Amino acid sequence: MSDSSKTVVFEVLRYDPERGEAPHLQEFTVPVTKGMTVLDGLHWIKENKDRTLSWRSSCRMGICGSCGMFINGLPRLACTNQISHLHSDRVVIKPLPNYDIIRDLVPDLEKLFDKHRSVKPYLIRKDQVEQNRPTSEYFQSEEELVNYIQFAYCIKCGLCLAACPTVATSKDYVGPQALTQGWRYLADSRDEGCGEHGEALYSSHGVYRCHFAGACSQVCPKGVDPGLAIQLAKQDAFLKTLGARKPKKASGVTPPVQNWQPRANIPKAPEPTVGK
Amino acid sequence: MQQKRKNNLGIIGWVCGGRYGADRYAYALHRLTGLGILCYFLMHIFVTGRRLGADGPDKWTQAMEFFQNTVICGLPVFVIGEFLVFLAFIFHAINGIRLIFVELGLLVGKPGLPAYPYSYSTLRQRPVLVGALCVVALLVGVAGADFVHHLWFVE
Repeated sequence: MSDSSKTVVFEVLRYDPERGEAPHLQEFTVPVTKGMTVLDGLHWIKENKDRTLSWRSSCRMGICGSCGMFINGLPRLACTNQISHLHSDRVVIKPLPNYDIIRDLVPDLEKLFDKHRSVKPYLIRKDQVEQNRPTSEYFQSEEELVNYIQFAYCIKCGLCLAACPTVATSKDYVGPQALTQGWRYLADSRDEGCGEHGEALYSSHGVYRCHFAGACSQVCPKGVDPGLAIQLAKQDAFLKTLGARKPKKASGVTPPVQNWQPRANIPKAPEPTVGK
Repeated sequence: MQQKRKNNLGIIGWVCGGRYGADRYAYALHRLTGLGILCYFLMHIFVTGRRLGADGPDKWTQAMEFFQNTVICGLPVFVIGEFLVFLAFIFHAINGIRLIFVELGLLVGKPGLPAYPYSYSTLRQRPVLVGALCVVALLVGVAGADFVHHLWFVE
């Protein structure tokens, strides 16, 4: 990495709560190679320049959603953004806005998870016995799956809350991430918890606080499109008020398969090696 | 217990569009024009209400003459202000119609399987935003020409 002749200046926001200093930008000159991501650059700084630099990351492939940062004016995942794709010889990195800063680039995501919990993001069924001790699967067609699967791709990185202008001014707003997850379950044909999810979704701090700035959908790294989910939730409530929406009938349990035989060419599972 | 640093953007967060898309700027402008129209509306009710109250039509005529004839730095500031209220009204009305359609889920498309490069609702309704801005520009252009004509050529 250090053989490279091309360098980029990283301006990283530093904040150490133990020192009591105000947050400030610190510059590092980082050698850049082809394909190097912003996260790689931060690792290079930590290994070669300043071991105290703090951030949160894990998978390095845009799956865990840990490395959300405010990079060159937009909330992005540090691991999926290559330095060369930023088209700048200066990379300004700050912690995600609209979250408290714990240290350097580490935001406090507790607010995100609290709001996520508020929409009860799990399947709610009336048949509790079947749900807790399932005898079979719930039926769901491919068309019914498409109604919500896009919204189920959320990795809870929190970029949408950092981008949302309503979150910036209203601390009680449920926010694009949680509202999307609420709608994800309302749109799921297997779910019967309309009232439970809807309590937060259609509260005074719910979907009607969104005025479609579109920033959440723009920055989402997984194509979840929170803006779409929120508008669909509003549309659903509107149609329900007009009485123009078909009442939702939750899908039933698939009948148990009778007289089945496994295919002959399926190999047997190996013997367990643990717990012998 | 370590001290966490507050990092909420506050008002700056919704006023400044930064590097976000055109919809974010339309959002900020919609709110600003809404607040502007509200302020004007309150003043308008106050001034108009005085005509119906104890002051009578003479005070009303006096007030109107004051607004028409007051010139600061060579500019009829209240007349220009009135035109700005018109601009705000046109933008707020046309963009508001777009938002009604969007919030009824009519222009934002349907959910599907996310495949890279992602298409999202903001982009799908973007042509409507551009169309709304074109209508605003057209109306403002026509009204602006009329405004300039009256201001400099008729008077």
